[in-house]
Amino acid sequence: MDSNNDSFVVDGKLALPYQYFAGRTGSRFIIAIRDEKKIKGLECKKCNKVYVPPRATCEHCFCDIKDNWVDLDSTGTVTGFTVVRYEEPHHPVKAPFIQALVKLEGADTPFVHIVQGVPVDEMKTGLKVKAVFAEETTTTIMDISHFEPA
Amino acid sequence: MKKNRNVGIVGVGQSAFSSHREDVNQPELINEAVNEALEHAGITLNDVDCVVHGNMELFEMVHQPDMWHTLGTGAYGKETIRVTTGGTTGATLVCVADNLVASGMHDVVMAIGFEKLQEGNTTAGITNMSDPLWGRRLQTGALTGVFAQKAIDKYGEEKAKKAAMKYRIIMDKHAMKNPKAHRRLGLEFDEMDTLAENSPTLVGDLKMIHMCSQSDGACVVIFASEEKAKEICKQPAWIKDHITVHREEAYCAFGDAPHTTTHEYAAQKLFKRNGITSPVDELDVFEMYDPSCWWGIDWISEFMMISSDEAMKLIEDDEIMIGGKIPFNPSGGVIASNPIGATAMVRVAEAALQIMGDAGEHQVPGEVNQALASGFGGVMWTVLLLLTKEAPVWNE
Ligand SMILES: [Zn+2]
Repeated sequence: MDSNNDSFVVDGKLALPYQYFAGRTGSRFIIAIRDEKKIKGLECKKCNKVYVPPRATCEHCFCDIKDNWVDLDSTGTVTGFTVVRYEEPHHPVKAPFIQALVKLEGADTPFVHIVQGVPVDEMKTGLKVKAVFAEETTTTIMDISHFEPA
Repeated sequence: MKKNRNVGIVGVGQSAFSSHREDVNQPELINEAVNEALEHAGITLNDVDCVVHGNMELFEMVHQPDMWHTLGTGAYGKETIRVTTGGTTGATLVCVADNLVASGMHDVVMAIGFEKLQEGNTTAGITNMSDPLWGRRLQTGALTGVFAQKAIDKYGEEKAKKAAMKYRIIMDKHAMKNPKAHRRLGLEFDEMDTLAENSPTLVGDLKMIHMCSQSDGACVVIFASEEKAKEICKQPAWIKDHITVHREEAYCAFGDAPHTTTHEYAAQKLFKRNGITSPVDELDVFEMYDPSCWWGIDWISEFMMISSDEAMKLIEDDEIMIGGKIPFNPSGGVIASNPIGATAMVRVAEAALQIMGDAGEHQVPGEVNQALASGFGGVMWTVLLLLTKEAPVWNE
């Protein structure tokens, strides 16, 4: 095969800082966790479904549900999980750790969070867990510190 | 040029355009425009067969935004196509929706243009359109001073600067009549000189006051086949024709060789095949994608196929104002509101509202039988669309 020594490769770098506007609905969810240690969902009464994280419109009937807040229990069930086994500076905790989908009691949709207090090789779908709220708040989803076995 | 079947615009929705919409996330912003368009068309999401979605690549640092936005667009369970062609995205969305309906593939198509410019780093995104080896270091994104210089060379400094500011203030006066517009400043003609003097310089003679805004916003337009459109809408705005013209950026960058611009080429070809010989006399309104008033004054002659002096006279004699011979941007145009992925679609949406008679306070007086709308994008890309009040008749 011919050598490619006569062909340039141009190095480049993109810096693309950005923001994301969470909106009132998403903000209220985080604020309730931060200030009241409470996880809230939004309910579509027509479809009889409760969404966590909250969404302003029902994903089934598309109606506006942004004022239908309901308080949820902070216990739930793991519906799926993965184990993160490598270190990255942006990871919230040291590897290995478990990232799981947790469906709270009274909710119809699961959301992602960290599960601690279970050995990685004993982790199972169906595990009952409860939220542990963070002592120091950051106004992020990490105001729930993690979930642990209920 | 012949269409398989006619396509009418039957509904238009726009979110409020603003510099900051922290109150809503991306799907929620889009949802405002979707609901307004459905209501305007008098239909529900169940009537929509297909959703076409678009915005600028890289602008919000969100990949596959059409997926993110489903909760706002209502595309769940529907065919969805994402289209992104830079500044022209909104106009290209219209072309795609028109083609989808005209072909017979779908009866009702909803097109969605969106942008939240405040969330991203737009100039960083735009400059990536240039070839990394040859053009990247010349590329300043949308901030281009060359059109100001071009006008100054052509008309002399005083006349050129006066025309640019007159155009700018006309656009603001139009925006003042449009409650959706982002920048409504209440400018007066006698402030012309002080406004320009006190405005910060962007590049060369391009000042902040001349330039378009950076807006958050969404626009939605609903298209229907002729049969369906006549069933649900008293006065659809018919899409008679559209043309897309683009060229590589570095052509003639430092040379003086005469060339046809993409705007000129698009206008000449579109008007010829639609039998329009005097656009100023035959068109009733023009929603032009004008990123700055320097571009605005330069492009009047290109689109209207008139001399530069005639274009100057249209500005001086208020003929491009609402009530004039050929009103430009009754909505206030891009200088007033620029959520980029939506911007070019807003031009078509506003032209359609004029034909439908639904433009409200910025409705132009008199019958609007033919309306023109343009999209513009990097580096030299024109989409030009012709809308009519009468359903087009196609001769075999
Ligand atoms: Zn529902």
